[in-house]
Amino acid sequence: MSELHTAPVPRRNLELVLLLLALSVGAAAFFLVGSSSDSDDTKDFFVQTGVLAGLALLLHIMLRIFAKYADPVILPITVALNALGLAMIHRIDLAKTTSQSMRQLLWTAIAVIIAAIVLWAIRDHRVLRRFTYIALLASIILLLLPMIPGFGVTINGARIWVRLGAFSMQPGELAKITLSIFFAGYLSSNRDLILMAGRKIGPLQLPRRRDMAPMVVAWILSIGVLVVQRDLGSSILFFGLFIVMIYVATARISWVLIGLLMVAAGGVFAATTMSHVTRRVDVWLNAFDPEIYQARGGSMQIVEGLFGMADGGLFGTGLGEGSPYRVPLANSDMIIASFGEELGLIGLTAIILLYMLLISRGLRAALGSRDTFGKLLAAGLSFTLGLQCIVIIGGVTRLIPLTGLATPFMAAGGSSLLANWIIISLLLMISHNSRRPMTGGVGPTDEIATPGATTPKAVKNV
Amino acid sequence: MNDLVLNLFRLGFLVLIWLLVLSIVGAMRRDLVIGTRARTGAPSARALKKNPELAEPEISTRKAVHTLQIVEGPLAGRSIPLQGQPILFGRAQDATVVLEDDYASGRHARLFPQGSRWFIEDLGSTNGTFVGDSQLTRAQPVEPGQRIRIGKTVLELKA
Repeated sequence: MSELHTAPVPRRNLELVLLLLALSVGAAAFFLVGSSSDSDDTKDFFVQTGVLAGLALLLHIMLRIFAKYADPVILPITVALNALGLAMIHRIDLAKTTSQSMRQLLWTAIAVIIAAIVLWAIRDHRVLRRFTYIALLASIILLLLPMIPGFGVTINGARIWVRLGAFSMQPGELAKITLSIFFAGYLSSNRDLILMAGRKIGPLQLPRRRDMAPMVVAWILSIGVLVVQRDLGSSILFFGLFIVMIYVATARISWVLIGLLMVAAGGVFAATTMSHVTRRVDVWLNAFDPEIYQARGGSMQIVEGLFGMADGGLFGTGLGEGSPYRVPLANSDMIIASFGEELGLIGLTAIILLYMLLISRGLRAALGSRDTFGKLLAAGLSFTLGLQCIVIIGGVTRLIPLTGLATPFMAAGGSSLLANWIIISLLLMISHNSRRPMTGGVGPTDEIATPGATTPKAVKNV
Repeated sequence: MNDLVLNLFRLGFLVLIWLLVLSIVGAMRRDLVIGTRARTGAPSARALKKNPELAEPEISTRKAVHTLQIVEGPLAGRSIPLQGQPILFGRAQDATVVLEDDYASGRHARLFPQGSRWFIEDLGSTNGTFVGDSQLTRAQPVEPGQRIRIGKTVLELKA
């Protein structure tokens, strides 16, 4: 670990400048989308720009009051990505005469307000450590909710939705936060045990069998999600999250190897025995086969997306000038392909760089965090964002089989937007606590004082 | 709208989005360096006055610590070489230093290196860990010659 000396400067004014720049990117996107449609109606432009600017400034003011030392670039990046997503969804709406963008704007508002409430209510991320096992319970409940008959619904072959009146939600999206809290809490308490015990075989130190238990539970959980809910994306996300967090906690390469072996075993099993996984792999490998292209649930979606991106070329067709609406799910799963078509390689590179910068800021907050729990939580949450990007962007560009994970902040879908905004508010909180000036002689691995350590009288252990 | 204006808008938008990316990179340029002693900018004179602890630490003259000497307790007289690995004290059989002491907990305390110093951390023991006369509430750096007490055992770092 490196010793970091950070001059405690709030840097909120820098955030405001970057935020205005991010909002002007958003406004320009809304303007371009609006001006390319035939109607001269400018109402949408003002509603979208106004609501987004209001929400961004609300969070900025919250940060000025409650988390003065938070990282200054996290919020502008998130706002820019959210604005670009809204603009693209509105653009697809105009082509298809649907009204997804109003829904998405509403969900953005709900998500930002809940993120602000999380920021206000929690303040210090360390209180979350007390809820380690409650978080595990919450994750299991959230993952099981869609399985309740009459409550859960199956959409596109995946049983990951619940319906509440007019709203449908994906509770699994929130499970990635509660699972991160559980892993961070569990590993920060048991890290030493996992680190020191175990046999050594060659250069690898193997963990003891009972330390493997949580790993096996995580594996069973993710395989369970895959088999029962038929949701390949979340299954990859949960298991990847656990491997990364245990690696961050212990720096043992043996865990990564064991994890990869388990993934390989699970992957081969799933690809050979489960029809929907087999089909995904087939679609990925033989996308340009005419038979697979024309089959139901075949490769038409991916291939049309690839054609769109090819059409966009280096500079893109311009926002509102291409035809990304020809691809199914152009505003959610395939939104990256839509951007590739209309903004070209240059624009898409900028978007991917924004994601990279965001994730690097999250990891930077982890690096600077003064407690193990905060370190693990920040690393886990930023990795969650990163893995979502890799899985979906890799899927759309046919690097890996396409699975249905939401592109963070961009894809149409309220649950994912809500979960990702809560992740952002937790990252802001952790970065505030890691950059804040230290009070008193706080050591670099300062933990919450362990209960019992202050017992004044010597007690004989039995 | 004619084609020229449209093309200008299209390129202008790409320029704007890259301007955002580059200004974010510019804003965190200094922060991106993560080395052994990365700094987020040298503190200004004003920042120094407000936070004296940010001043350049004087080059330490202390020698590297090599051994851990057990001064009192059942294992008195023994010394343990320090090799950059954390050391676990306790009655548990998997501890690095197994303490045969009724006043020590199974997993009592941990001594670990960080940067050029060694830190002692209590692992939630029943009777606590003491450096000098004060009980540990958090991980704390230990200097050579300071007495660390765990149950009946007293330890000292030696250069």
